Amino acid sequence: MSPDGSPTDRLPTDRLDGFRELLERSDAALVLTAMAAFYLLFLSIGAILNYDLAGLISILGQVTFFTAVYALVVLALNLQWGYAGLFNIGIAGFMAVGVYTMAMLTAPPTGSPPGLGLPISVGIVGGMVAAALIGLVTALPALRLRADYLAIVTVAISEIIRLTYNSPAFSTFTLPGGIALGTGGANGIGNFPSNPVRAIYFTDPSSAASGTTPIGTAVFGFFENVLGVFRSAVIVDLTYGLVLAVVVVLVYTLLARVGNSPFGRVLKAIREDEVVAKSLGKDTNRFKIKTFMLGCALMGLAGVLWQGFGTGAVYPQAFRPELTFYIFIAVIIGGAGSNTGSVLGGAVFANLLFLLPQYLPNIIEQTFAIEADPNNFIAAIGPIAAGEIAPLLGYVLNQRLPALRFVFVGVLLVYLMQNRPEGLLGHRTETAAAVDLSEGHTPGTGPSQAADASGAAGGEGGVDDE
Amino acid sequence: MEPYARGRRLVRDQPGLVVVAVAALLLVGDLIGKLTGGGLTPARFGGFVWDGLVIGLLIGLAGIGLSLTYSILGFANFAHGDYISWGAFSGWAVAYLLAGIDRYAAGGLLLIGAGDGPAPGDVGVSITNTPLSIVAGLVVAVAFTVGVSLLVDRVVYRPIREADGITLLIASIGVAFALRYLIVFFFYSGRQGVTDISRVPSYDIGGVVINAHELTIVVVGLALMVGVHLLLQRTKLGKAMRAMADNRDLAQVTGIPVEGVIRTTWILGGGLAGAAGYLVVLTQGTIAYDLGWLLLLLIFAAVIMGGIGSVYGAIVGGLVIGLASRLSLIWLTGDLSSFAEPVAFGLMIFVLLFRPEGIFGGVSTA
Repeated sequence: MSPDGSPTDRLPTDRLDGFRELLERSDAALVLTAMAAFYLLFLSIGAILNYDLAGLISILGQVTFFTAVYALVVLALNLQWGYAGLFNIGIAGFMAVGVYTMAMLTAPPTGSPPGLGLPISVGIVGGMVAAALIGLVTALPALRLRADYLAIVTVAISEIIRLTYNSPAFSTFTLPGGIALGTGGANGIGNFPSNPVRAIYFTDPSSAASGTTPIGTAVFGFFENVLGVFRSAVIVDLTYGLVLAVVVVLVYTLLARVGNSPFGRVLKAIREDEVVAKSLGKDTNRFKIKTFMLGCALMGLAGVLWQGFGTGAVYPQAFRPELTFYIFIAVIIGGAGSNTGSVLGGAVFANLLFLLPQYLPNIIEQTFAIEADPNNFIAAIGPIAAGEIAPLLGYVLNQRLPALRFVFVGVLLVYLMQNRPEGLLGHRTETAAAVDLSEGHTPGTGPSQAADASGAAGGEGGVDDE
Repeated sequence: MEPYARGRRLVRDQPGLVVVAVAALLLVGDLIGKLTGGGLTPARFGGFVWDGLVIGLLIGLAGIGLSLTYSILGFANFAHGDYISWGAFSGWAVAYLLAGIDRYAAGGLLLIGAGDGPAPGDVGVSITNTPLSIVAGLVVAVAFTVGVSLLVDRVVYRPIREADGITLLIASIGVAFALRYLIVFFFYSGRQGVTDISRVPSYDIGGVVINAHELTIVVVGLALMVGVHLLLQRTKLGKAMRAMADNRDLAQVTGIPVEGVIRTTWILGGGLAGAAGYLVVLTQGTIAYDLGWLLLLLIFAAVIMGGIGSVYGAIVGGLVIGLASRLSLIWLTGDLSSFAEPVAFGLMIFVLLFRPEGIFGGVSTA
């Protein structure tokens, strides 16, 4: 399970130990190793499927994109759950608020549904603010509730949000000032502003035929002449993935700083023992509300970057509770309470549980040439009596693989709760001090493990390494 | 001056409650105005009330199990909705099989028309046309769901019995998704018609149209509820369950066999959930893999409203939620009618905020 980039046997043991120590000490090395492993995995999948270079670049772009967006939402959830102990299972709803607000602010007024036609930057900020405000409305009263009640309230609010966007009532409506606006009802909003990354390459971001900017000419020319890649879309996608990776680093740094600030120390105190924090004169509710709002704003941002710019259209079905469930699995895999764990958990989930199953059927079918494609379960298991297993495989691979993925992920969640509720990195404890307590020690050896308990490592370790 | 001062204190301490009360009063006033002014015919009003009672009865039925497991095992079981779905699918598979086995292949019938199976109109399942297959389906739905809930408890919850509520809750979310998508694996992911609506007789009682399936639901639902009442009040087992719901540690100290009571709780809760799921399809006429999940939040609303751990609270809460979601349609007309469910969720949030112990003052009578 642990993507510690298990080194090959050819390495001498001391180098192997050194590498392991590096992984223990440096969170950046840990994440980069894991990512290198995932890139390698997917490149070999591409090779097995006989993809050309453009196809391979496209796969790399997908891996980067999904890892980054998952890492982003998981970081936001970890802030709420791992730090402040706020059990939010309405993530999909807050993401929807972010991306819908963004889309409604930026869509052209003449479009269908009409928008306000504001610049993208206003839209992104507006989306984050709206998500934070909905978070405030949720958190204000919900703080008085027990954790399991908060869970029920957040999931109910998430469904209310989704049903509201889905409702034909607000498909198009008119603000008091006579300004028309709309959510598009069940069809969503199709004329989403084009990805800002495209502005780097194209003179008109909304159309690839408009001609290229100097950068675009240079980059596309390089890929065409040197590598023989003529599909500019894959280059744009990969660029967007890399931009998202930078966003993740920024958010990670922000959260690590928040975690080490006096604010973060109070949060950790609340997580450990709220009564103690209260008795020290801290207004714990105020801290929780701020944290919840910040987390929701980040979820809104993730919604914009993922469903918005990533898919280019918004529709309510994308925000079903399944999305929340995915994020939760990712945070539990990584370990609640650890920022590095969150990034790792997001990466593991996005690559191994989300992307990999999409490529598996292709690989299996190419290898075994399964023709059968029965459209129901009885037709699939009937031939087994005659010794034919191909129909069942065809049914599983062609018809029901997405369903089986959910079953598997559900079972995995149960397994994790039973056997490893602390996740990959959740066992690490985080320091409450702003200075590095393990200074002068070599982490990973005996004495520093004791220092860890009081603790070093955790999220703050990554900052030093970046 | 006494009541006046008390009123002022209420406004000061719980402003939200006052706002809700005022809003409720306004709605009742508007309703009376609509009924007397002719904006709403009594027959239409009666129709809303009847629909609300039918769905409320089912929500209450399913809520009994959720309420009991919540109080006895100490966690919110998010998989409860998927027990309901499995009750529906297992029961209707058998009902379909028995109703159409003389004319169609067993495979297509067992899968409730998956792939190119027979269409509902051709099979003709209805309480008057094929009463025996409907009853057999109900029995299977109960038995199968009991089996599923006991199996899940043995495999998933028992090893982590002593874990905190959140750990169990997360595990139950995992169970929920596994169960839900197993339905998709065996059956299908869309929504499909099941009952033959054209062969269901309906009766006009004072302008309110009541069909035979709804009557069946009311009869079966009430019978099951009376059964649960007798079990809890008249038997030693019921007394043990009430004691467990009230105070688990105290119950254990007095020598109540905890695991045995937990098993009974799952049998009772699972069975009622299965029956509710089966009956929901009877009134809706269609079946879908996520029907239980869609009901789950309404059931949570009912259970919380009635006070967690209270069986009678769950029943009354179910009726309140059912009535509220249907009566809200008096005001939510046209495009706004899609807000019937959000209204019920909103009601639940209000109850959680102003009376987290339930509207019946948290008296848990099991």
